[in-house]
Amino acid sequence: MEYHELTIGSAIERLTRREISAFELTSALLTRIEKYEDRIGAFITVDKAGALEQAKKADQDIAAGRISSLTGIPLALKDILCTKGIKTTCGSQILENFVPQYDGTVVSKLKNEGAVILGKTNLDEFAMGSSTENSSYKVTKNPWNPEYVPGGSSGGSAAAVAARFCCAALGTDTGGSIRQPASHCGIVGIKPTYGRVSRFGLVSYASSLDQIGPITRDVRDAAILLNVISGHDKLDSTSARVDVPDFTKALDFFEKGSLKGMKAGIPKEYLSTEGIDPEVEKVFNHAKQLLTDLGVEMREISLPHTEYVVAAYYIIAPCEASSNLARYDGVKYGFRDRSSEDLIEMYKKTKSKGFGLEVQRRIIIGTYALSAGYYDAYYGRATKVRTLITEDFSKAFETCDFILSPVAPAPAFKIGEKTDDPLTMYLTDIFTLSANMAGIPGISVPAGYSSKGLPIGLQMMARKFDEMSLLKAGYGFEQNVGLSRKFPDL
Amino acid sequence: MKISKSEVEKIAHLARLEIEDSQKEKMVEQLGNILQYIDTLKDADVDGVRLSSGVAAMNNVLREDTPEASPGPAVTLANAPDRDDDFYVVPRVVK
Repeated sequence: MEYHELTIGSAIERLTRREISAFELTSALLTRIEKYEDRIGAFITVDKAGALEQAKKADQDIAAGRISSLTGIPLALKDILCTKGIKTTCGSQILENFVPQYDGTVVSKLKNEGAVILGKTNLDEFAMGSSTENSSYKVTKNPWNPEYVPGGSSGGSAAAVAARFCCAALGTDTGGSIRQPASHCGIVGIKPTYGRVSRFGLVSYASSLDQIGPITRDVRDAAILLNVISGHDKLDSTSARVDVPDFTKALDFFEKGSLKGMKAGIPKEYLSTEGIDPEVEKVFNHAKQLLTDLGVEMREISLPHTEYVVAAYYIIAPCEASSNLARYDGVKYGFRDRSSEDLIEMYKKTKSKGFGLEVQRRIIIGTYALSAGYYDAYYGRATKVRTLITEDFSKAFETCDFILSPVAPAPAFKIGEKTDDPLTMYLTDIFTLSANMAGIPGISVPAGYSSKGLPIGLQMMARKFDEMSLLKAGYGFEQNVGLSRKFPDL
Repeated sequence: MKISKSEVEKIAHLARLEIEDSQKEKMVEQLGNILQYIDTLKDADVDGVRLSSGVAAMNNVLREDTPEASPGPAVTLANAPDRDDDFYVVPRVVK
């Protein structure tokens, strides 16, 4: 056994049996990061000293019999989650020196359960992007082939998990930013139901769409992490007062070897989407057959407003972003341009030098769509379309337990291929945006490879607060898909 | 819908952004393409459909108005780019 081969589940067993120590595990992963990070570029910050200290403490806890659900487990966090005393940049120059004075709720929860935080992972600036090329620090490479993007915006977290730099990671998903990089990197990612996980300490991009979730090597680990991070939080008024089940119980469901009794819907609009790669279609059809063989009943469903999803999203998200990002004005934290002599000039110079072009583009779209004379035609109309999209899903779930679809229309693209054409990049989000618009949960599980050896994932979406169905079906699928190569050689 | 250079400049001012001259043409073109695509929304039949500003499970969230200790200026001003004692310092506001 090599340390980097351990999932959360297998590491917990070995730590508890004291076959390995948390210090050894953490040290081994830090060494692996040192050796390969230059090739991958997954991290913005590696907190070596802090991680080793937390690992030592975990070993003391284990020796004293104080074992929590993540004691001694090394994890990575997307650098948009506030970590007390560790800088949190959001991939932006504007927060280059920002050191949060508090931990986000998910970070506190991980720490309370004994997790070891290895560092903060790269992302598209303020989570705006689908390739992790929009970070102002570095471009993250896909561990399966460094010429390709890892997906985004949680590309650093996904690459770190696929490269086995950490047992697992947290990402955030506003329009697919957990599921799409998980798909491109051949690992598991869950966007929980809106409100399932507290957003306190998650730097806001589009508040009505953002959600934090696990990025893991397998479905079991996703369930373990979801158990820890879920639940109501008085510090986030949109977090839901809904009971949190033991998500690992979903795995027991499949121990019987069948998914009999589950019904899956296939949206007819998705497969007639223009530009869907034949290799993605092939993997999808194979996945559909496999689930059918496992006892899942397939039925065609309709999501009639699918054609409007991308347009509505790229109004709503930028509108919310233009409001949320107004706070980076050089007064309270972050970068300030010091050449300005008056206040307005200081605001302008600070923002223009501090934000990258994609962020500025979205702020301008949002400001435009919310400005006098355009509000009804853009924001108002987009939110009505959002209602229609949500209703499409409610109707679809009357006849199925989960909806099956590709995650992205194509496997990972080459670095630099789409950077000059933001609209083409936006259109690749077609299958993932809806779950955010409707507030429902979605999972991406590895389903196959392209002829170039790049991973392709399968997406499942379920009713609000029914992550259990996703974990049940995802685990059954994972146990039977029989992928030849689970992780890339670095 | 296409957007003009002067409109982009006006919106940038409202958003307190200053787009470099070398980037303007490209920005105008990219924004135009995006807005043109977004115009597909005009085809959606939204008559009588209610607005949904979000998908949270609740409308209003109330809590008891109980005073709690504030973290204090040492914490809240810790990341200030410029401060004088317990105050933020900004460039001149009034001419």
